Amino acid sequence: MSDPAFDPAAPLVPSGNLRRRQLVSRFAELGATAAAVVAIAVLVIVIWTVVSRGAKAIDLDFIFTGAPTGVGPMLLGTLVIALVATAMAMPIGVLIAVYTTEYSGARGSRILKITLDLLNGLPSIILGLFVFILIVDPQNKQTGFAGSVALAIIELPLIARGSQEVLLLVPAALREASDALGVARWRSILTVVLPTALGGIVTSTVLAVARAAGETAPLILATSSFDPKKFSVNPFEALPNVPVWIYKLSEEGNPEGFTEAWGMSLLLISFILFASLGARALLARSKRKLSS
Amino acid sequence: MATASPTVKVAPRGAHVSPLRRRLDRFGDRALFGVCLAAAIIAAATIVLVGYQIVHGAQPAISKYGFAFVYEITWQPNFGEFGAGVLLYGTAVTSAFALLLGAPIAIAIGLFLTLLAPKQVGAVIGPLVELLAAIPSVILGFWGLLVLAPFAQEHLEPTLHDHLGFLPIFGDPQTTGLSVFTASLVLTIMVIPIIASISRDLFQSVPPELQDGASALGATRWEVVRGIVLPTTSTGVVAACILGLGRALGEAIAVSQVIGAGSHIDANLFAPGDTLASRIALQFPGALTELHQASLYYCGVILLVLNLAAGLVASWIGRRFGYAGTVAR
Repeated sequence: MSDPAFDPAAPLVPSGNLRRRQLVSRFAELGATAAAVVAIAVLVIVIWTVVSRGAKAIDLDFIFTGAPTGVGPMLLGTLVIALVATAMAMPIGVLIAVYTTEYSGARGSRILKITLDLLNGLPSIILGLFVFILIVDPQNKQTGFAGSVALAIIELPLIARGSQEVLLLVPAALREASDALGVARWRSILTVVLPTALGGIVTSTVLAVARAAGETAPLILATSSFDPKKFSVNPFEALPNVPVWIYKLSEEGNPEGFTEAWGMSLLLISFILFASLGARALLARSKRKLSS
Repeated sequence: MATASPTVKVAPRGAHVSPLRRRLDRFGDRALFGVCLAAAIIAAATIVLVGYQIVHGAQPAISKYGFAFVYEITWQPNFGEFGAGVLLYGTAVTSAFALLLGAPIAIAIGLFLTLLAPKQVGAVIGPLVELLAAIPSVILGFWGLLVLAPFAQEHLEPTLHDHLGFLPIFGDPQTTGLSVFTASLVLTIMVIPIIASISRDLFQSVPPELQDGASALGATRWEVVRGIVLPTTSTGVVAACILGLGRALGEAIAVSQVIGAGSHIDANLFAPGDTLASRIALQFPGALTELHQASLYYCGVILLVLNLAAGLVASWIGRRFGYAGTVAR
């Protein structure tokens, strides 16, 4: 008040240092928003490219016939490889989740968590080398099964972690009710806990499959020399598959091959996007249902 | 008075159950425990087995070259001479570039999602950013090859060369656009969703009282971030970046599609190069000799060591500083 320059009628706008600070803050906000916009833009550009270039290639022949007009064998092979992988990874993953939630102490589950994190972080090319030396080399031939083993290792930590999260949400009251009725532990796990969590477990599995379906690096070593014309469901021979075929076509540098690769990319990416978006929505719903 | 207190007969637990059932239950309990334990052991054994097999496969190269392989820069399959120096350099440069460019963007996205975006907007943009991680690497690489590389070659590289050409890293653009620079951009796209989603979770865990307190003292939004949010989560953010680094180190397919398979160390980012993982993907299917294959396995060993180190450091930071949210996705 002793300030001679104080003018009570002056408009309330920041000046000097405050003005500078607010400007800095505004810039930071702008930068953060721009970063989000950039990420979304990249996503949109990639997907738009795949859709606009791939849609031309896709018709019924493309999906249901073999080379050179279509990619049916690759689609079928990827399906088989993914199914076999999931058949291996899902039981083990769920059992690991049961082990960490029901049996292991804090120390055991911490070690398991680190193990799963490390497994999850393994570069997929390393898994390719692994199955090559473990399965392909001894048999001296590539097999779809070797690819499935690699994909199973990729899926395993995802399924285990997803199932674990859902199992932890199963209400304690259910389990206590089961205990109070004198039900043995294994019975209550198998008939009360797991069925309650089933929805969440299945959706976690779908998410894991969506992640594994596009993996290319292990399949290049495990199942890459195949006949693109032959439909096959036998996992003990080299199975045609989508990711490796896209990779091969992209390396060849022939424009018709590029169109085919875009078409396959569109099929693969739409499966992955729909599966992961759908599973995410379902997972959120079943988690909400469990925790309410 | 004190008559004997009425004796209550307590039946032993499960006495009303038939002996057969009791035996079955005992067996069932043990069996389920055993099976679960076995599953857990399989997971742990897998990691050990992977390490063992890769080292085993590399054995011929390890005994021939020893540690010198790591820094030797000749790689000539036809002459049977191998060294991973160039590849290690390429791996380091691409990952470092991806992290330098990707981490600030990803952290900014995390801040945007937690502090700036209205709830509904965040609920849409968060999952979309995570979808970026769901795009298979072969498709991203294919896109990089046909869309990003030409764009980089025609626009980005000349612009950077013209304005920052005095730096040796921005040398003459090459004709194809297949370069370390393009590979780094593709890797940047891959690390952003990882770091962004972890840092968002971290930022959400910052106590709102602290932020409100700072605001009440007159801090601007940026000052709240600078003074409260980042300092309380900095170790977790570092762990997230290390996880992103682990991802960038190990990416084989997308990198092999856009890096141009060079075989020299070149300071110029616009020249082709190669990384450990991408060399394995490119040359393994057509490996000429056993030594060639073993050398590629040796590259795998180096990659595995780097990757496990990154993973362990990240999880150590997560444990040491108590960020349960710091997990790889």
